Amino acid sequence: MIEFKDLRKSFGDKVVLDGVSHVMETGKTNLIIGTSGSGKTVLQKCLVGLFEPDEGEIIYDGVNFTDMVEDERKLLRQQIGMLFQGSALFDSMTVEDNIKFPLDMFTNDNNTTKMKRVNEVLERVNLKDANKKFPAEISGGMKKRVGIARAIVLNPKYLFCDEPNSGLDPKTSMVIDKLIKELTVEFNITTVINTHDMNSVMEIGDNILYMVDGKKEWTGNSQEIIFSDNQQLNEFIFASEFLQDAKHMRMIEAKEGKKG
Amino acid sequence: MNFFTHLGKYLLMLKGMFSKPENAKLYWKEFMHQCADIGVGSLGIVSIISLFMGAVSTVQTAYQLVSPLISKSTIAQIVRDTVILEFAPTLVCIVLAGVIGSKIASELGNMRVSEQIDALEIMGINTKTYLVMPKIAAALVTIPLMVILAMVLGIYGGRFAGSAAGILSTDTFDKGLMESFMPFNVTFALIKAYTFAFFISSIPAYFGYYVTGGSLEIGRSSTKSVVVTCIVILLSDYILAAALL
Ligand SMILES: Nc1ncnc2c1ncn2[C@@H]1O[C@H](COP(=O)(O)OP(=O)(O)O)[C@@H](O)[C@H]1O
Ligand SMILES: [Mg+2]
Repeated sequence: MIEFKDLRKSFGDKVVLDGVSHVMETGKTNLIIGTSGSGKTVLQKCLVGLFEPDEGEIIYDGVNFTDMVEDERKLLRQQIGMLFQGSALFDSMTVEDNIKFPLDMFTNDNNTTKMKRVNEVLERVNLKDANKKFPAEISGGMKKRVGIARAIVLNPKYLFCDEPNSGLDPKTSMVIDKLIKELTVEFNITTVINTHDMNSVMEIGDNILYMVDGKKEWTGNSQEIIFSDNQQLNEFIFASEFLQDAKHMRMIEAKEGKKG
Repeated sequence: MNFFTHLGKYLLMLKGMFSKPENAKLYWKEFMHQCADIGVGSLGIVSIISLFMGAVSTVQTAYQLVSPLISKSTIAQIVRDTVILEFAPTLVCIVLAGVIGSKIASELGNMRVSEQIDALEIMGINTKTYLVMPKIAAALVTIPLMVILAMVLGIYGGRFAGSAAGILSTDTFDKGLMESFMPFNVTFALIKAYTFAFFISSIPAYFGYYVTGGSLEIGRSSTKSVVVTCIVILLSDYILAAALL
């Protein structure tokens, strides 16, 4: 569980986070949604300490992250995995070495054990025959998978994903979303996902935080979002006529489901 | 940002470098990798420059020394001293500032912009220690060695050019090399080499590590870092000469 209270962050005059509070739950996919530039990345980077918030508190399972000194944070970070928007793979290393890197750095296992683990996670993210390739030689969707594999190789308790399906085709997006969801449930991870993808919201939205102008505008799950009468939220999520129709269909289905 | 903000941030980066490595073996590997990258990668250019600068200084010194009263072996002395005192350390380091400096700045800049540095931080790695320290250490080991190589090759180039152009025989040149040799000159050149090596690695590292923005900024800050490094080298060259000679 990650709890944050009244987070504030500005860059110069520009207020990006204007007092956001929320609880990210364990074993669930927690979504941060909002338009581009609404501060999703900044919020996520504040949560992991890549940005220092101006004000507010961040608490990881009862431990206050804000008060930690650098060395304590380094220890906690070994339990954090992060998938970056551009995957952030090390381009001087092969796929295999990218994933092995955290193991090399933080474990004393021998090479056979480490390679076994590497192949395990590669299989888990459905990536084969790419072991010896360099990041420049693989597609965007594959990069994301490698990014996920690298993020989970040390069995993290917390997983952060910044727009895991931006730049991917709808089918690959779904696969990645599903994968993240499965991992979250399987290993009881506290997963935080930034997205503005409508499909993700409906498919894996266990706990959604909708941000507007650096503030919490709405919160709920993918069921509740259908029935929400928050106008801004509706305009953001169900942006096209097609999606509005889909929403109404779902509402009708849900009502009939209740009756029957 | 003004000069003092940059200086403060630069010093803080250097201070932040000193922390316990998470895994000594990987740090060692990174250090060796950097030695190969910085040292072996620049050997070719250093050799070529050194040979030619020695050759040119022999020819030009001979051209300037027209008096029959001065013995030919003096040419060798002059070539030896200019190569050891100035050409090998300063000229070579200026070139290395371009070659190595731009490589360091763009490598780190690319890692920053593509969030690879963030990815390392998130794993719980001190990136100043892991990325910057091995580069500075490798520069401190390899650049002075290259400066020594430049001295040898520079003098050899001068010796070769002297005989090839019929200015002085290799025997006369060798005799001149032994005359009034001051070992301190070599020490002084090495002091310069260590000082410059530190700047050549740390200044571009600073510019690369703190790049903000997109890939355009990487090129810009890499160029800026080379310019700043060159100016700092020339300035410290003057200060060292004034203080120690
Ligand atoms: N390092 C930074 N310096 C200054 N402004 C920034 C920085 N990072 C983000 N911002 C600003 O913060 C706002 C939110 O950005 P971001 O969190 O990246 O949005 P998104 O919701 O699309 O992820 C943007 O207006 C952006 O310009
Ligand atoms: Mg973003």
